Amino acid sequence: MNAPLPASTTYAKSLNAALLEMMREDERIYFLGEDILDPYGGAFKISKGLSSAFPDRVITTPISEAGFTGLATGMALRGLRPIVEIMFGDFLAIAADQIINHMAKFVTMYGRDLEVPVVVRTPMGGGRGYGATHSQSLEKIFLGTPNLTVVAPSHAHDPGQLLRNAVALGRPVLFIEHKMLYPETLLASGGALMIEPLTDEPFPTMLMKNFSRGAADVLIVAYGGMSRLLAPLARQMAEEEINLAIALPALLSPMTVAPLLPLAAQCGRVLLVEEGTTGFDWGAEVAAQLYAATYKTLKAPIARLASRAEIIPTSTAGENAMLVGAADIESKILELLA
Amino acid sequence: MDAKRNDLLTGFYEKMVLINTVESSLLNLFAEGLLRGTVHTCLGQEAIPTGVCAALEPGRDIVCSNHRGHGHFLAFGGEARPLIAEIMGDASGVCRGIGGSQHIQLGNFYSNGILGGMSPVATGMALAEKRKGSGGVVVQFLGDGALAEGVVSEAFNMAALWSLPILFAVESNGFAQSTPTALEHAGKLSARGAPYGIPITELDGNDVLAVHAAAQEAVGAARGAGGPQILFMNTYRLGPHSKGDDPRDPAEIARHAEQAPIPRARAGLDPEWCDTTDHRIAAEVAAIIQGIRSARIAAQ
Repeated sequence: MNAPLPASTTYAKSLNAALLEMMREDERIYFLGEDILDPYGGAFKISKGLSSAFPDRVITTPISEAGFTGLATGMALRGLRPIVEIMFGDFLAIAADQIINHMAKFVTMYGRDLEVPVVVRTPMGGGRGYGATHSQSLEKIFLGTPNLTVVAPSHAHDPGQLLRNAVALGRPVLFIEHKMLYPETLLASGGALMIEPLTDEPFPTMLMKNFSRGAADVLIVAYGGMSRLLAPLARQMAEEEINLAIALPALLSPMTVAPLLPLAAQCGRVLLVEEGTTGFDWGAEVAAQLYAATYKTLKAPIARLASRAEIIPTSTAGENAMLVGAADIESKILELLA
Repeated sequence: MDAKRNDLLTGFYEKMVLINTVESSLLNLFAEGLLRGTVHTCLGQEAIPTGVCAALEPGRDIVCSNHRGHGHFLAFGGEARPLIAEIMGDASGVCRGIGGSQHIQLGNFYSNGILGGMSPVATGMALAEKRKGSGGVVVQFLGDGALAEGVVSEAFNMAALWSLPILFAVESNGFAQSTPTALEHAGKLSARGAPYGIPITELDGNDVLAVHAAAQEAVGAARGAGGPQILFMNTYRLGPHSKGDDPRDPAEIARHAEQAPIPRARAGLDPEWCDTTDHRIAAEVAAIIQGIRSARIAAQ
């Protein structure tokens, strides 16, 4: 299901190419969202070329996130396979009722399983100075919603392939793309880094290691845009001979830590990192599950890093101080090893 | 009255009495403690589901319903037994007792309990049917209260923008739960779709023949590439919003009861036949409920 990573393509190009291919192969696929038509091609250009190739199946929508998300659900219930783009992940809050009380409910609310093949993709995350309402990582609000699969590929994944797998799932998928990953070249093994899938699933966990001999000193578990901070940090720490095993799950919800357990038990030191605000977060669930399964072998309390529970400032200094950064991760690793 | 009109009216009368009898029985079951949760009945509004659904093609057209949806289900061809079993939480119900009163799906029938929430979903279904070239029309039933929800306006806009085959069937009963229309809506409620260019027909929603005729015309227009249509049907809910607790003046309700769809239809029919029909349907529904209760006791 997961083809080998294409050589040196970017996160954005991988998604764009997958969309073009899927729409060529399957006439049931429709693409909906705001400002997605050529020549503009979407706010982050992920839909570039789509409307020229498939003018009938690329539908530019009014600024009605709840409306066109619900529209996609209706299309999916009647045999089509819509992919929805929400221009900024922050706007998912507008569509939340349609996702939680409609799209996800229809899957099992009627006493039997209904196919509801909708993928809602959206860019999350800060780093671009867009301020409080265009920079958040709101996916944690949706984690744990029954019947809703939440996927967030890092750039150690092949995001295009994961998007194909999301469309093939036949159930509602919230597909989270960190906007800072779009221009990044997809990671491949090389230099100090070795990257391999830890699981063979539609939404696999990728394992990134900065050592070839010995055992990991720390297991880091993180997702999505955090790979952008972790890859250079892992290279840097390889020179310092600190062995890092970095697990990057793409599947945020529903979630099981089972694939992580051997690594966690082996090194006994675990750090969870996410960009969302701290408190009631993804890391809390991962920590709870990991702790229940590995408490006898832990050498230190499970450490967690997230961004401050504050609004995201627009200024560079303010945003940098508020969001979790590479320096925060580095000091936490050193703390764990102290 | 000509023969065809008489045939229509007798069929509609039977359907309306079935709806009324099922709804009344549900309220009784609630009072007996045999239903949990809630039920929203459409007592006094029976003409709208009956007249509108009679204008639809089973198997091709689609109905999206709301919290007050039992009448829509029965009028669209759903059977009383699995509906009542569903609302009683019985595994033999249409959705195995999981959906309950407000969450029912069977074939081309879909209901959900979030007011106005089905407007964009129904609009998406209409888009799908149009793109598939099925010729199907979607009917979304919604109340006057739901017109205050933003997604309804979003759906009106998209349906008109893309000229989709959908009929928004508004059942305007004058109240949003306990709040009268005048305390909830500014402007002319029946004109809500007009700025989008959607044709609107306002009519007496208690006249089942008028509802049917208007629905035939609207569904025909939607099917014939005329784009979305709105029927704004004035009616009055004779029962409580849900299972009790009705703050309205009983004299007001009694006044409206005289103008309800069933007595109105009855005036054009043979009273003896009507009495026989009433008794027959009452016995059928009672037998259904007795059957479900007996099976439940036997299973215990």
